[in-house]
Amino acid sequence: MPTPIPAPALIDPRGPRFGAAITTVVLAATLLAGPTLGLPLLILQAIAFGAGALLGLRYQPYGWVFRRVVRPRLGAPAELEDERPPRFAQSVGLAFAVLGLAGALLGLAGLFYVAVGFALVAALLNAAFDVCLGCEVYLLAQRLRARRPATGTVR
Amino acid sequence: MTGAWVLAAAVLLALGFGLYRRALDGRLRAAPAAAGGLDAARLGRPIGDAATFVQFSSEVCAPCRVTAKVLGEVSAASSGVTHIEIDAAQRLDLVSELGITRTPTVLVLDADGVERHRMVGAPRRPDVLQALRALSPTEAEK
Repeated sequence: MPTPIPAPALIDPRGPRFGAAITTVVLAATLLAGPTLGLPLLILQAIAFGAGALLGLRYQPYGWVFRRVVRPRLGAPAELEDERPPRFAQSVGLAFAVLGLAGALLGLAGLFYVAVGFALVAALLNAAFDVCLGCEVYLLAQRLRARRPATGTVR
Repeated sequence: MTGAWVLAAAVLLALGFGLYRRALDGRLRAAPAAAGGLDAARLGRPIGDAATFVQFSSEVCAPCRVTAKVLGEVSAASSGVTHIEIDAAQRLDLVSELGITRTPTVLVLDADGVERHRMVGAPRRPDVLQALRALSPTEAEK
């Protein structure tokens, strides 16, 4: 590998965007199908998010499709990218998918629609605009977490 | 039917936010009213003689890498300009003091360490050069 190698895994940046496009389609179909018929779709999507977030992007099924089917037709990427930002996005997706599943299973249709709706917004922003979710929310999460145990240290 | 409405709302929301971000991300703005200068003691590294880019980054931020590359190149090409990259998660004191909300955020400091401009989101090279020109009219022309 001719690129400089930092500690984290490096990936083709087009992979996560391809995955986000598939995620967008799956979540849109989930919404249209509703909490009952859409449940199997949402379970599949949650598994995909979970694999990407917890095991790493190599195990994300859409990423696998990208590497096997799409990437051979595209050629090598201009640059490789750190795995951590898209992996963080997968865990954000997982959180929404789990909320949506809870809504579907507990009969809370409102929760299902709102959670899947937000997951769809996130996936679409990623696929269409390359918006980096980690950049938007990671720092706020860090600040909130820091505030809790250490009140009054920094003023 | 509900699903179709939620789908439409989600698409509109994503479109609106995406276009908003695309239009304004990384644009050069005047700094918020500065309380005082930043110095080596606060930043961990000495500031530049002419100007300093203070970049707040995080590990989950892909545009931060691009930003670091641009700022590194620009500061290498102009004398007296320093680029300091800070892991925001390690310096939450500075983050809350300076009101940093997301990464990358770049502060442009003058020779005294006073923040003159701020760019939230990955900055474009012309904006970076313009920020330098605004500080020292002759410096950035090189």
